[in-house]
Amino acid sequence: MQKNYFLSKLCGLLILSVILVVLGTLLGSTGASWNVLGPDQTIVFDIRLPRSLGAYLAGALLGLAGGIAQSLFRNPLADPYLLGSASGALLGVGSILCFAYLGNSWLEIIGLNGGAFLGALIGVLASLFLAGGYRSSLRLLLSGVVISVILGAANSLFTFIRPDLFQSIQSFMLGNTTLMHWSGVELMTIALFLCLAITLIISPALDALSLGENTARTLGLPLDQLRLVLIGILALATGCAVAQTGLVAFVGLAAPHLVRKISGGRQRVQLIFSCLGGGILLLSSDLIARTLFAPLEIPVGIVTAVLGGLYLLVLLRRTPFGGRS
Amino acid sequence: MKTRQLSIYRGPCAILTDLNLDIPQCQWTSIIGPNGAGKSSLLQAMAGLLTHTGSLTINGVELSTLTRKDLAKKLAWLDQGSSNSEEFGDSLSVYDTVMLGRLPHQGCLHLPSSADHISVKKTLQQTDAWRLRHRPLQELSGGERQRVLLARLLAVDSDILLMDEPLANLDPPHQADFLKWQENLLARGKTLVTVLHEIHFALRADHLIMLDKGKLHFQGSSQDPRTHQALIALFDGRIRLEKLGNDWVALPN
Repeated sequence: MQKNYFLSKLCGLLILSVILVVLGTLLGSTGASWNVLGPDQTIVFDIRLPRSLGAYLAGALLGLAGGIAQSLFRNPLADPYLLGSASGALLGVGSILCFAYLGNSWLEIIGLNGGAFLGALIGVLASLFLAGGYRSSLRLLLSGVVISVILGAANSLFTFIRPDLFQSIQSFMLGNTTLMHWSGVELMTIALFLCLAITLIISPALDALSLGENTARTLGLPLDQLRLVLIGILALATGCAVAQTGLVAFVGLAAPHLVRKISGGRQRVQLIFSCLGGGILLLSSDLIARTLFAPLEIPVGIVTAVLGGLYLLVLLRRTPFGGRS
Repeated sequence: MKTRQLSIYRGPCAILTDLNLDIPQCQWTSIIGPNGAGKSSLLQAMAGLLTHTGSLTINGVELSTLTRKDLAKKLAWLDQGSSNSEEFGDSLSVYDTVMLGRLPHQGCLHLPSSADHISVKKTLQQTDAWRLRHRPLQELSGGERQRVLLARLLAVDSDILLMDEPLANLDPPHQADFLKWQENLLARGKTLVTVLHEIHFALRADHLIMLDKGKLHFQGSSQDPRTHQALIALFDGRIRLEKLGNDWVALPN
């Protein structure tokens, strides 16, 4: 019975995802393109389709990262943006842009993604170190904010050293899907399947953690090692998304919450739905960003920041603050 | 299970010092003592959760030499606070919670086998929680939740069961049921170790270990008059023991 419910909900989310991708492919700031095999072919297949798929995949990666963060740290307010990993990833991208000369396009993609991954890893580890672990929600969130500010300042320094990169870095800081290419889509597809597969295999550890750390340990789970793997996946997913779309706020926070009521308690289901929810959220925001003031496009990060900020306010009112949330 | 010169430290403070304990196989041992005596810490050390000095062996094998998975199959542990640990979001269903007890028996993909499903059903029926199987754990009352967590403990199907305050939140009929489950488990050759505050229930155990300020106060058979004297002395003579039918009960003086 539960399996059927899962399948019907999964199908519902997948159908919604396909509808949004089709809409994203047909609609743009210059209006709708119906003649996809005629004169609109280039705009549809070379610009809008990779952009829509890219936005969806980046959202799915951020949704997965948010789902992992919230379950791993048992903290409903944890997300890649608030844990410092997103700003770390941005710093990684900024460092590569500023200091590395990457001649060919694949080297550039690997360099930017590698830099973003390392930056995200450093960001989340620094937040955990500053908070003295993950047990206090408030300390962890405040540490995340502090780390984000410090890493953000370091990023601003890059634009000071290299004024010619101001526009590129600014574009990353605002969150942008306009420059998405097929190569980025391919890379994010690989990263998403890799991250999701590993996470789903070790997700029973997250289930067991809901009974408390000690109970999970007595079930024979190597919790310390699994935690490290999950932090690595969180950094990889965030880094990969940020390297393609820049800082897209609150998708990682909101997606797991939006799907939690329909996904029940099992982490395997929650994480799959968080992925789909994140993709739907970011692609919807991208559609708003390109059509709201058409023909003028606004960066998608602004739309998610406004929507997510409002959502965070609602969540803060509902969440009891203190030691362990 | 045996301990020799077992000591546990938290930072510079000794929580337990030089314990030499013999926990008889296939019997029920109860650990009792005043608050802060180190009962839960001892149980955590037995479950391999706290680092210790000295020796702690199961059937002659040192606990620290066992792999994580082997230890999980030999020992099942019920946490004092695990019924309250769900913090946010929708919790697992009762069925999925009990299935977690089968993790030590599952492969690296953690996919439940038909044997796992049979075991979960059996333990849920044993603890009178089968009808709750579709409900989220978070929505249950304290007593219902405790029964589900007991089912999770039984689902591990280990030879040794360590239980910290297993009667917490259980109403009197289910406390009586708990005693029946204990008898049933003992008949199946299990070794039970419980930390209990309810002295009259602890006296139903075969063997008593009394701790006071991190040290062994006394250990012996629960029917032995010397054990009863030691128990009265443990609580500074503020309780007395009386026989009610076949059972001993503790009453305040």
